[in-house]
Amino acid sequence: MMFAVVVALAVGTYAFRLGGVLLRDRLDLPAGVRTVLPAAAAALLAALAATAALTQAGQFAGVARPAGVLVGVVLAWRRAPFVVVVVAAAAAAALLRLAGVP
Amino acid sequence: MQEADRSLRRDVGAIALASGAVGVSFGAIAVASGVSPLLTVLMSLVIFAGGAQFLAVGLMAAGNPFAAVVAGLLLNARHLPFGLALGATLDGGPARKLLGSHLMVDESVAFALARPDGPARRRAYWMTGGSLFVCWNVGAGLGVLLGGVAGDTDRFGLDAAFPAGLFGLILPSLRDRETRAVALTGAAVALASTPFLPAGLPVLLALTGLVCIPLTRRTRVDARS
Repeated sequence: MMFAVVVALAVGTYAFRLGGVLLRDRLDLPAGVRTVLPAAAAALLAALAATAALTQAGQFAGVARPAGVLVGVVLAWRRAPFVVVVVAAAAAAALLRLAGVP
Repeated sequence: MQEADRSLRRDVGAIALASGAVGVSFGAIAVASGVSPLLTVLMSLVIFAGGAQFLAVGLMAAGNPFAAVVAGLLLNARHLPFGLALGATLDGGPARKLLGSHLMVDESVAFALARPDGPARRRAYWMTGGSLFVCWNVGAGLGVLLGGVAGDTDRFGLDAAFPAGLFGLILPSLRDRETRAVALTGAAVALASTPFLPAGLPVLLALTGLVCIPLTRRTRVDARS
């Protein structure tokens, strides 16, 4: 049963991945649609980042994680190197948890 | 060019290592939830999407295999618009399209789209996708071997590293007024609907942010006239 779940998920996920790439070739998308695609991807990524930063299983993710992400966002805003953004966000969240913040 | 390459390698290395660590926790959690070691490793290789894998393991452990498939696919449906947006990044023969599609994850898309269309974008996509594939799967395998010792990666703040990294990658594109309006509206819609909808759907709803495009264009025309 679990094997069937894994196969279904693998086939479906790959179909989504390849589907988008092939559709772009097959469909002659109008220029208007083409130009909004990067904005669509930015919206999806922003939504992923926001929900991952603030929620966990549909509920508020606590304080430490959003605070750590905020540290990373401020650093990114100030054009800090990407590595610094990622490491500082993790370190801030880890330190807050060490201090007992949920 | 070499300078840009070195910084790309360093940035990709950071996110790949973090993903490897999360992979370790995935392997440990899957085995602890009753998924066989072999199936855990296979799952990471063929699905290669962290969020859907965690979700599916949780729902399978809860005895709901049907929900595991539906929820996992809902969560991964975002790859379709990702593929449309990637443009010419996977051009260059059917082999590249077939293999490259499997390496399509949030991070490889974000790294690629942060660069102008062309060789730089292509390099970023393949380097990120390839490194993450290796690290994620090696991590999952290690997690299976280590089992409970791997513990939870939240202690090290890795749950904050991923959203921060994604924000860092999309921030430059948000300097464009239209993209910013679309992305912020989409993120707000996703956040507002998260408590009420199954996982995956809120992120797809972010596409409603595209309604901002005619609005911003109209105000621009108004301002001109």
